[in-house]
Amino acid sequence: MKTLIWVEHDNASMKDATLAVVTAAAKLGEVHALVAGSGCASVADQAAKVAGVATVHMVDDASLANGLAENVAPLVAGLMESHDAFLAPATTTGKNIAPRVAALLDVMQISDILSVESADTFTRPIYAGNAIATVKTSDSKLVITVRGTAFDKASPEGGSASVESIGGASDAGVSTFVSEEIAKSERPELTSAKTIVSGGRALGSSEKFEEVITPLADKLGAAIGASRAAVDAGYVPNDYQVGQTGKIVAPEVYMAIGISGAIQHLAGMKDSKVIVAINKDEDAPIFQVADIGLVADLFDAVPELTGKV
Amino acid sequence: MKILVPVKRVIDYNVKPRVKSDGSGVDLANVKMSMNPFDEISVEEAIRLKEAGKAEEIIAVSVGPQKAQETLRTALAMGADRAILVNTDEEVEPLGVAKILAKIVEEEAPQLVICGKQAIDDDSNQTGQMLAALLGWGQGTFANTVDVDGGSVDVKREIDGGLQTVKLNLPAVITTDLRLNEPRYASLPNIMKAKKKPMDEKSVADYGVDISPRLTTTNVSEPPVRQAGEKVADVDALVEKLKAVGAI
Ligand SMILES: Cc1cc2nc3c(=O)[nH]c(=O)nc-3n(C[C@H](O)[C@H](O)[C@H](O)COP(=O)(O)OP(=O)(O)OC[C@H]3O[C@@H](n4cnc5c(N)ncnc54)[C@H](O)[C@@H]3O)c2cc1C
Ligand SMILES: Nc1ncnc2c1ncn2[C@@H]1O[C@H](COP(=O)(O)O)[C@@H](O)[C@H]1O
Repeated sequence: MKTLIWVEHDNASMKDATLAVVTAAAKLGEVHALVAGSGCASVADQAAKVAGVATVHMVDDASLANGLAENVAPLVAGLMESHDAFLAPATTTGKNIAPRVAALLDVMQISDILSVESADTFTRPIYAGNAIATVKTSDSKLVITVRGTAFDKASPEGGSASVESIGGASDAGVSTFVSEEIAKSERPELTSAKTIVSGGRALGSSEKFEEVITPLADKLGAAIGASRAAVDAGYVPNDYQVGQTGKIVAPEVYMAIGISGAIQHLAGMKDSKVIVAINKDEDAPIFQVADIGLVADLFDAVPELTGKV
Repeated sequence: MKILVPVKRVIDYNVKPRVKSDGSGVDLANVKMSMNPFDEISVEEAIRLKEAGKAEEIIAVSVGPQKAQETLRTALAMGADRAILVNTDEEVEPLGVAKILAKIVEEEAPQLVICGKQAIDDDSNQTGQMLAALLGWGQGTFANTVDVDGGSVDVKREIDGGLQTVKLNLPAVITTDLRLNEPRYASLPNIMKAKKKPMDEKSVADYGVDISPRLTTTNVSEPPVRQAGEKVADVDALVEKLKAVGAI
């Protein structure tokens, strides 16, 4: 089988999310990588170095600068004439593009796969991860999004694929990019961090969140996450949300601070290696999944902890 | 303009789903069902556009069993004007739903379709994007803010890393994210009024589309269960534990 994978990037550098997709695709067959962007040659070079990538197809066109699904999907659908499977990470970019590709090809997408069982059979979470479905497709072309935490990352070094520059891009003329607000941070990314400190509604305000959670995260070199309640209340930006409908994470250590443990939150973090919970309610559901629990007022416990680590 | 809002009847988000012991699926017998939470946000957004004088009519549509009427009645009670039930007892995949919706779009000619970003049962996150592809329309997925202005709509999208704004020509498809708005509750008088609002009942055959499933679910199992660990007495004990597991 010939697979085509979506290389996630910002035209300057390849994103880590790509590496898990390479691993998933390699279970199906030969891995061809697509770098679609504008001024994206350095990304193509990085993709060519990833272990396991056979060829990189680079499409460099102004209409692809911002990854608009309306422009990207027809390009991918065209390339699928000579490939058998399209795989993208289950990031907001992948989730935006892949279903549009699937519909153009008249196939059902298989979302957020956890494993490749065979060439046509995959497992995926449903009902906020409260059930795992094994699904078998009858479509002749596969369109798949890959859950990053479920596959090892391919090595970003060691490959020596050739880069082929190809055409085929055009502006569909139905949408335009206006602007982007991307927070710059020195912190590790949520989805690749080894340690995550997450705060919930209990923090009460963005000032308190900053005052209590940030120093602990700084001490641990951790990424910062949050529950939906904390995001909705404006304590932190939306892309901090961990959960069924936010980011899926599986760090070495996940600290849930003032988070109750609703199923939608657990869906995003229960595959973490060690879960630590600090909550003043001893019956909070988060304690049912926590390896280490501390029943305490976070406003006392967290500063004390920060002082002692 | 007209706005079409697809709404799905799903397990209530407060219910913890139980996997059937024979691996055939999730037990939905006697389980509380509700409108998919993202679809409530879609209905709310459509109503706000109508209240702002930017839309004239809101049509709610659901593909599902007879009971999905209740979901549509909820949409009507919130403020949708009329409803279409595409009645089927089969489970229809996102591609099939998108094909049916595309036919309804042909008939109704809405300028906007507002879907939820994700149904909380299948967690597919596909239908809106697929519909946009079938129609050749622009798509504003994971909408945080929607701003309709004349012949176009600006959609601020929740993306990894922050927010992105795109401008879409109308007609277009939008999918809603959690921060777009807070859906209203239907008032008792509006629930009464909703009973008189029109609800069309259709069958899949009326639309002449092939919705035969492409995926077969061969097994549904419980995820590995996580055992609760232990509670520690104080911060010092927590620090010891964290050291013991190599966390610090
Ligand atoms: C469609 C849908 C999608 C959703 N998606 C997500 C998602 O992706 N991610 C997500 O997180 N949620 C999601 N939710 C929301 C979820 O259902 C919960 O509402 C949310 O996770 C609750 O956040 P929380 O735990 O911070 O707040 P709460 O449930 O209010 O919990 C606060 C906790 O803090 C504790 N506390 C209070 N004060 C203190 C103190 N001083 N010291 C210590 N502890 C204290 C309390 O005991 C309580 O346990 C979703 C909901 C819906 C309907
Ligand atoms: N059976 C259905 N009837 C009506 N709308 C649906 C149906 N299935 C999906 N949708 C719409 O598509 C969105 C995304 O669903 P999904 O792609 O299944 O995650 C939902 O929030 C609904 O707006």
